This record gives sequence, structure tokens and C-alpha cells, in this order.
Amino acid sequence: MPDTQDTLKFTPLYDRHVALGARVVPFAGYNMPVQYEGVLGEHKWTRESCGLFDVSHMGQARLTGAGAIATLEALTPTDFAVLNPGKQKYSLLLDDNSGILDDWMVSRPEDDGFFLVVNAACKDQDFAIIAGNLKPDTNFDVLADRALLALQGPKAKDVMQAFCPAACDLYFMECGTFELLGETAFVSRSGYTGEDGFEISFPAARVGELWDQLLTHPSVKPIGLGARDSLRMEAGMPLYGHEMDASYTLAEANLGFAMSKSRVARGDIKGFDRLKDQLDGKLDRVRVALKILSGPPAREGAKIVAKDGGVLGVVTSGGPSPSLGYSIAMGYVPPAEAAIGTQLDVEVRGKPYPAEIVSLPFVANGYHRKPKA
Amino acid sequence: MKFTKDHEWVEVTGDTALVGITAYAANALGDVVFVEIPEVGKSLTKGDSFAVVESVKAASDVYAPVSGEVVAANDDLPNSPDTVNAAPESAGWIAKVKLSNPAELDELMDRDAYEAYLDTL
Repeated sequence: MPDTQDTLKFTPLYDRHVALGARVVPFAGYNMPVQYEGVLGEHKWTRESCGLFDVSHMGQARLTGAGAIATLEALTPTDFAVLNPGKQKYSLLLDDNSGILDDWMVSRPEDDGFFLVVNAACKDQDFAIIAGNLKPDTNFDVLADRALLALQGPKAKDVMQAFCPAACDLYFMECGTFELLGETAFVSRSGYTGEDGFEISFPAARVGELWDQLLTHPSVKPIGLGARDSLRMEAGMPLYGHEMDASYTLAEANLGFAMSKSRVARGDIKGFDRLKDQLDGKLDRVRVALKILSGPPAREGAKIVAKDGGVLGVVTSGGPSPSLGYSIAMGYVPPAEAAIGTQLDVEVRGKPYPAEIVSLPFVANGYHRKPKA
Repeated sequence: MKFTKDHEWVEVTGDTALVGITAYAANALGDVVFVEIPEVGKSLTKGDSFAVVESVKAASDVYAPVSGEVVAANDDLPNSPDTVNAAPESAGWIAKVKLSNPAELDELMDRDAYEAYLDTL
């Protein structure tokens, strides 16, 4: 449903975005900064230095109590009993047919309880589903009074060192609670750019001060949603509403890492009959990465066609890659056409242009992974 | 130079006109990273989409501000799309059109009228 200006919501940083000269657009029901100086420059700054993103439109919630694990597991394909305190996992909210209703980051900052970050456009739905499916002894709290910032890029650790040094001990996909400006911040070492970085959940009432202080660091610039999209595309990360929706399963979307083997062994994933057949190879389509070899960018909705002209599928996200200097895309094709190196065409404005299936991610990630023991 | 509400400009010399997108349009698009120029010889009717300029975020059609035949296209743009941002109303011209209906020029805005129009947006 289209948003009207009257019903759009604001993050606590809206006035600061406007003061910084951002172009503000409606996104997922919020007035959000799509760019400040320009998408290309912001993209490259994040890859080389450190970008600061306001992602306070995303939903945040806490699930605590003895029933929290059972509540989460009934809705997702993930084993949360094995998620140790201080760790974070990527997961998916599933419908009764194993269709994807949203993707989540679920963290376990301490023994009793989980912290969820969910997509802005899906948060009302997600929170209603969780609230309607709570197991006994479970507390569910939507954290509407918290903002969310992302610090992303190779210099994010230097910035964090200056403001919250203890958080620099985290490795990729680890999390914890830290004191920051005298407040309790929930910090995870993760993000949506493929770079090293942090996500910081912070009280909305004081996030303006944190934003201002982080921007005083010479390595930090504010980055809009435009570059956030091109960065996540280069990192090969799916975006809800594009690579995923209820018509797709995790097998099709190539998101098997969100599914735990123990859950497959138990067979207790929602809609498992459909999913099991797909995991056994009965797949009609699978998410692939495309390098566009010449011609214009192939964007969402562009047809993917075989060299003989037969339609194979559709592009779900695509555009110029600022880091690579050519256009990239993600989309769906039948498994028989999904091998790396397969040559095919993408159709843009009625004309075919050559493309090749390549491996994900397009741009190597820079995660601060825990060294293997 | 004359202007359309879709933010194209027209600069007439004799019976031909250079056409491009305005500084306002180039700024609104952001960094232009791809330009699809029209083929020479293509016949345009006013309002036709005859070129495409693309930023990282989006592709935008460029509409013919006048009718006529494309007699030249700016071959530099496919290799240097950023010229559209650097000099939208000069070196960033997109096509040269031989006018088939010069009376259409009377329907376009002069710079004062265009700037007054921008103030309403």
C-alpha cells in the first residue's frame, strides 16, 4: 500500500538527516535518508573507511523466559538451543508452507533471552505472529524505544575503539551489552554490507548524541539507504521483498545456512514436506548471481533468458556495482542453468544482453572472524 | 535554451536542436553511471522515450522534447556517463535532432518560466 506523507513515521535522527543535506524518501513506512553526498561516494567510503547508517526503522524485540527457545524454533528452521550466550544467528520466519515471511538476526546477549532485529516493512506482521504464538513462560517485548545504528567498513573497529573499546573484542556474529555514553548499548559485530562492522541498539532518546559523537570521528561519514542497497548486493545478501517472500523457500533462496541440521533431523520445521522435497533436489528455481557482461544494468523485473531465447527466470535485484565497475544482479533460474560459468542473457527494454552466472559474494567480505582453534 | 516539464532542454540552431537533461534533473538522479543514447536516423515524436540515463539506484527515461530525426548522438556519454552530472546543459548533450515541427518549440518554457516551474516542485 502506498504511503502518504501524512502517515510516514520518523526515526529519532530525522532532523539530523535533513540538516546533513540528505535526500529523504519514503521507505517501509518511514522518512529515510536515501543519500547524503551521493550513492557512489557513500558506497566507496564504506568499503574503504567507515559508514554510519541509521537503521532505526527496523524492528527490535526481546524474547525471554523458559519458553523463548521453543517459541523461536516453532517459527523458524533454526536450532536456538545451541546458540550460546554472546552469539548471533541469521534466521527466517516461515509460514505453514515453509515460505519466507521475513529474515531476522537473532542474538543471545545473555543466558536468558534473545534479541531480534527484523525488517521494517515486516515488523508489524512479525511481532503479531510472535505474540500470537508464545509458548508458556515466555515474555515478549517490542523495543519501540530503541534506535539502531550500523557502523560498517574496514575502519569501523578503529571508531569503536574510540567510543566503546570493549566491543572490539567481539568477533563476527558475536554480541554483548556494553556501556556507551552511560547507557546500555546492545552491540553485535555484524551488518549488511559485507564489511567488518557493528550494529548498535541504543535508547532512542539519546541516539542523537551518539550519532553526533560518532560523526566527529574522521573516518566516519553518514551513509544512506541507496548505498546500503548497492553494498548488500555486492555482498550477495538477499533483501526481503526482492530475493525473498512467502513464495520462496530457503532452499530456493540458497539460505540453507539459516537452517540447522538438528531441525532437519527432527523434521519439525514448518511446511517441512515441501522443504524436504526441495532439499532432496526437487527444485524448480534457485537464487543465482549474475555478472552482466555488457549493456545497461539489469534491474529488478528484467527477464533472464537462455541463449535460445527461452525465459528462465527473473532478476530480483540488480544494478551497477560501484566497487567492481560492472553491473551485477541476483535472480532465479532453474537449477540446470545455475552452474557457475553458465552463459545466458538478461532482457532490458526488450533487448537481450549477455550475462554469466558467477559465485556469491560478488565482492569478498571483510568480516572479523574468530580464528579457527 | 528551452525546457520541458520533464526536465529536458532544447538548444536550437537553424533547423536542428541539441537536446539533453537539465541540471535539476541531473542533480535529482545523482551519479549517472550509464547512458543509453539513441541511434542516428531514429525518428522521434515529441514525448517518445529516446534515451535512458541510469544512476546506481534507478533508470530514468529521457523524453523527446520535440519531434524530428536523430542526426547525431553524443558518443562520449556511454564511456563518460558522469559528463551528464558535470555539464548537463552543455557537454552532456544527448542527441542532435532535425526538427520536423518547429512550431512545437512554442510549447516549451524559457529559462525564467522553467525556474519558476522548479520553484513549484
